[in-house]
Amino acid sequence: MTQENIIMAEERQATWRERHQSTIRQLRLYAHTYSRNASAMLGLAIVALFFFVALFGPLFVPYPEDATGAIHLDNKLQPPSWEHWFGTDEVGADVFTRVIVGARVTLHISLFVTVVAMLIGVPLGIAAGYHGGRIGQVIMRLTDVFLSVPALILAIAIVGSMGPGVQNAIIALALAWWPGYVRLVQSKALSIRSAIYVDAARTMGASNFRIIFVHILPNCASPIIVKASMDMGMSILGIASLGFLGLGAQPPYPEWGAMISTGRNYLPDWWWYSFFPGISIFITVLGFNLVGDGLRDVLDPRGRK
Amino acid sequence: MLSLDHLNVVFNLGTRRAPVPLKAVRDVTLNLEKGDCLGLVGESGSGKSTIGRTILGLNRIETGRITFEGVDIGNLNRKSEMQLRQSAQMIFQDPHSSLNPRMTIFRSVAEPLVLHTSMRGAELRERVQELLNTVGLETQFLYRYPHELSGGQKQRVCIARAIALNPKLLVLDEPTSALDVSVQAQILEFLKGLQQRLGLTYLFISHNLAVVRHMCNKTAVLYLGRVIEEGPTEELFQKPLHPYTRALIDAVPLPKSGQDKRSKLIRGEIPSPIDLPPGCAFYGRCPHALDGVCNLTEIGHFSAGADRYVSCVLQDPQRSAALS
Amino acid sequence: MSQPIIEIRNYSLNFWTFDGVYHALDDVNLTVEKGQSLGIVGETGCGKSVTVRNILGLLPSPPAEVVSGEILYDGKDLLKALPAEMHRIRGIEIAMIFQDPMTYLNPVFTVGRQLVDVVLAHNRARGQGEKISRKDAETRAIEMLNKVRLPNAEKQMSNYPHQLSGGMRQRVLIAMALIGRPKLLIADEPTTALDVTIQAQILELIAELVEELNLSVMMITHDLGVVAKSCDRVAVMYAGKVVETGTVAQVFDHPAHPYTQGLLRSIPHPEKNVSVLEGIPGFLPNLLDPPAGCRFAERCPRALDICRKVTPVGNPLAGGHVASCHLAEELEAASA
Repeated sequence: MTQENIIMAEERQATWRERHQSTIRQLRLYAHTYSRNASAMLGLAIVALFFFVALFGPLFVPYPEDATGAIHLDNKLQPPSWEHWFGTDEVGADVFTRVIVGARVTLHISLFVTVVAMLIGVPLGIAAGYHGGRIGQVIMRLTDVFLSVPALILAIAIVGSMGPGVQNAIIALALAWWPGYVRLVQSKALSIRSAIYVDAARTMGASNFRIIFVHILPNCASPIIVKASMDMGMSILGIASLGFLGLGAQPPYPEWGAMISTGRNYLPDWWWYSFFPGISIFITVLGFNLVGDGLRDVLDPRGRK
Repeated sequence: MLSLDHLNVVFNLGTRRAPVPLKAVRDVTLNLEKGDCLGLVGESGSGKSTIGRTILGLNRIETGRITFEGVDIGNLNRKSEMQLRQSAQMIFQDPHSSLNPRMTIFRSVAEPLVLHTSMRGAELRERVQELLNTVGLETQFLYRYPHELSGGQKQRVCIARAIALNPKLLVLDEPTSALDVSVQAQILEFLKGLQQRLGLTYLFISHNLAVVRHMCNKTAVLYLGRVIEEGPTEELFQKPLHPYTRALIDAVPLPKSGQDKRSKLIRGEIPSPIDLPPGCAFYGRCPHALDGVCNLTEIGHFSAGADRYVSCVLQDPQRSAALS
Repeated sequence: MSQPIIEIRNYSLNFWTFDGVYHALDDVNLTVEKGQSLGIVGETGCGKSVTVRNILGLLPSPPAEVVSGEILYDGKDLLKALPAEMHRIRGIEIAMIFQDPMTYLNPVFTVGRQLVDVVLAHNRARGQGEKISRKDAETRAIEMLNKVRLPNAEKQMSNYPHQLSGGMRQRVLIAMALIGRPKLLIADEPTTALDVTIQAQILELIAELVEELNLSVMMITHDLGVVAKSCDRVAVMYAGKVVETGTVAQVFDHPAHPYTQGLLRSIPHPEKNVSVLEGIPGFLPNLLDPPAGCRFAERCPRALDICRKVTPVGNPLAGGHVASCHLAEELEAASA
């Protein structure tokens, strides 16, 4: 009995390996190509560090209460030291703690913005590219209108009308971000729509629904992934900009842009206050962009030129 | 079994407001009986692929009718459409792009079965394996992706997919022109055997005259959307009646020694299918063209023996009677 | 016997790939004599294109790596030529035309502009004192377009490539290749993208120009008919090796290599009424790990034990006919 079980398990394992042998080889090829790209690997390291810090950092920060607005006025504006690696701010809160907790906030926001933008943009892009016709026209013109206004300006306008705050900033960014996906997916869907394998599926009697989900969407995946990884970085920049302008997170919320905004008043003498959040933004955005570039080289080699 | 009756297909190259019509298929009438292999021969722009695609419902019929087993393809309801999708299948020229690059061979071949039958799981896998065996592929390919297969193997996969539902008609659109000759030979012989075994009817679209001659029992030659000559294959190749058919046959370089590097050829190129001049479309290139006849009136189809038709004034019995 | 214009000797080439070293060419020997046209024929993956690409230094290295051999042009090894020398040879001494003319014509410039630019560039590369004016260059261009029998040559000068048909584009590309008066023309599948009637015209044109301009030609094609019609000599390639060379009559009438015989039995012949095409069962060997002995042995109906152990070398038969097969003499005699 047990022996039979073992044999069966072995058999199942073998077939799983067999069934996915091609996929495994493909992934190994991707990994190989990616790992030979030094800047992409640097980006990956940065992004991995960012995710690690964002997920686990807040559990280990030295002064957790400082993140939510604790005040130690006797300790204010201390330069970096052994107790306060990044120094302290004007109410004596530990900047290191606030930067680490800020990473989690930033990850939350940028993930949300990117995912919502994809959820709006990809279906609209598919509809416009695959269906075409009048609906496609309407979607594309709407997209053009949105694209003609820089995303950040648009987000500022939306926040302006809804009132400042983290929630509203997130919503505004997501609303300003989707048109890029429509453009990308529409052009891709348009070319795949006339691919011979789609014709073949049609002659076999496949429904539009099936053609979209089985044939078109999987073949759009690569550029979407590349754009999403780039957009993670761009939306971090966006959210920080809104925070900096006072339209996003409000102090004492530990958000990098808002921290720079307040810290700006203490420049240059108390440089560490805005320097550390600033360098965090810089490095994180750079990391996501390098990853995006690397992924593009691997997944979508022709998309480069 | 399949008949095309004065079929016209028009593409609009312009916009809806300012249409630029391209008459891809003009007044084509063809008949296929069960077990036939009809070759459609022509150069680019002749409309041969368009005809195939129209039969499978990928293009809109402008005027005329296509009937398949007594059913008018032009207006189908959902049920009769699913019926057609089972009994008529198409194989495309480029096997590489006719398989979804993100789908394993198993999923590609299984697609028609999933769409039309209730086969799932082990039963489905068995049937797919059986199909792969039928087309001479080993089951090790089941979970491979198309880019890992050679051109010939991919075309075999496409054939397996096309015969999965036991169709009656296969439209073969240049099935071997993307393949090497040694592989082409295998695929052609396989298709021939398959036709006999399964009692299939083929519409064989190709620009390669030698291949058509090898495969088909009937041949129709197309030029700019019109059938200019039609007949039993051997007769047509041995005694071509239309000057274009003659030129086409002469233009093919043969794999034998001692050919003249230069030969008398038809001059000029195929005119643009937009804005066709009146009269015979071949007028500008024809060595026998008659001024004032060929370029003025539309040329009808003249019967030239059993099952033979030609669209050339030189073959007009009335005209030759009048001349003599 | 006349002099060779180009001689490829013991040429082996590898590609570095993710999966390992791909042995693309192995010990290739080819010669084109002055005024002669050599057809290189073979199926996908046989290395026919790769062989000629590096004559003009068109293969980036890495991934390509020349393992051994030399390409002698006028006694000079092109594989060792300096970039400046290559620049002088490319287009002026040796010119190349390709399968898809649209890819090699710049869509944003007129045909005339592109031809004139080529004339001026050649003049600069030659580095001769006399400067050629734009006007003269234009005259030369029109002259050349007339030579390739492009209708309304003067008018076509101001057309953009997309306004021409496929056949006309190929004529323009031929004009562009020949405008520098090269001695050797390399044609890589020049008619594959064309319709048969147009193909016939282009082949005829090349044949006429060869005589008129005293050209030598290397024509790469997968179409046995094209080779038979338009070449003097044939080289058949398989899996990175030249398996048979000879005149058209020798190779087509007395094929002495089983692969050549298989190819000839694979194509439907309009004059011989064959009922069954034999084809060649099996697949190309994996060139990442080429088999010992003859590379065709796996698919060969005549393979012996020796074929899987000893690599056959060029077996000279009568009249310059060479086949790399242990059984060449026997097969040649049998195929008479």
